[in-house]
Amino acid sequence: MSDIADRVKKIVVEHLGVEAEKVTETASFIDDLGADSLDTVELVMAFEEEFGIEIPDDAAETIQTFGDAVKFISSAA
Amino acid sequence: MFDLTGKCALVTGASGGIGGEIARALYAAGATVGLSGTRLEPLQALAAELGERAHVLPCNLSDLAAVDELIKQATTAMGSLDILVNNAGITRDNLFMRMSDEEWQSVIDVNLTATFRLMRGALRGMMKARWGRIINITSVVGHSGNPGQANYAAAKAGTLAMSKSLAQEVASRNITVNCVAPGLIETPMTEKLNDEQRAKILVGVPAGRMGKPQEVAAGVLYLASQEAAYITGTTLHINGGGDMS
Repeated sequence: MSDIADRVKKIVVEHLGVEAEKVTETASFIDDLGADSLDTVELVMAFEEEFGIEIPDDAAETIQTFGDAVKFISSAA
Repeated sequence: MFDLTGKCALVTGASGGIGGEIARALYAAGATVGLSGTRLEPLQALAAELGERAHVLPCNLSDLAAVDELIKQATTAMGSLDILVNNAGITRDNLFMRMSDEEWQSVIDVNLTATFRLMRGALRGMMKARWGRIINITSVVGHSGNPGQANYAAAKAGTLAMSKSLAQEVASRNITVNCVAPGLIETPMTEKLNDEQRAKILVGVPAGRMGKPQEVAAGVLYLASQEAAYITGTTLHINGGGDMS
């Protein structure tokens, strides 16, 4: 697994309090990992800080799964 | 009873009568306090009176870019921002039919939009800390309306509904958002009233006197405290029993 994916997973595990095994490529933050809409805002904020990037609102809306997040951050970081 | 040791609070309008007392009350409870306002001299005097946990953070809230900066400056100066007291406000009274767009907009900008921006800016740190207190000073006129103050009343009522909305969004993060609505309080602003005007106003106040800034500050202190953790989205009316409708 790439370094970015590891770091994203660490944030998701810590923030949502889920087991690392559940954070799979297609795991949806809301449907599979129990996030509410505020959690997703906080996750995006945490990604921005961890990777020093800006994630605009329209891009944030497309980040639904762990895989989406890794893909977006890989292309932006 | 209320211990705010280790908490950092930003008070806008701290150069005014009520804001200054709010800052004193929070400071006395152990908080580090950021004093914001447009007039530097009274802010510096208050900071000197309080001591080393007081920081002077001048800001003109009608400059919306400066509003965004204020949160950053406060966080840098104090280390964090746990308590936000939106106390600053302006009035541009006029009869509705004569009210200019400028009079309307300037009051909405400072009393409503700046409050929105300050809350938005402060939330990031509060969300991370999983703790926060936002207290917005509204007014009895936000509930009752007042002739000549359509702009001010609209901004205050807007602040009330905005606070309730945000309170619902962030309650699960231990962030509370409440309003304090003072009635007629003894400040430099109300000192200008003559005896006849006072008597007329006090007819509607069962307590039969004007309130003191300290009595407003005590309400703010309570809502800022750990003890008020289960209170959110509400308004504490401090008005001597006036306007019970």
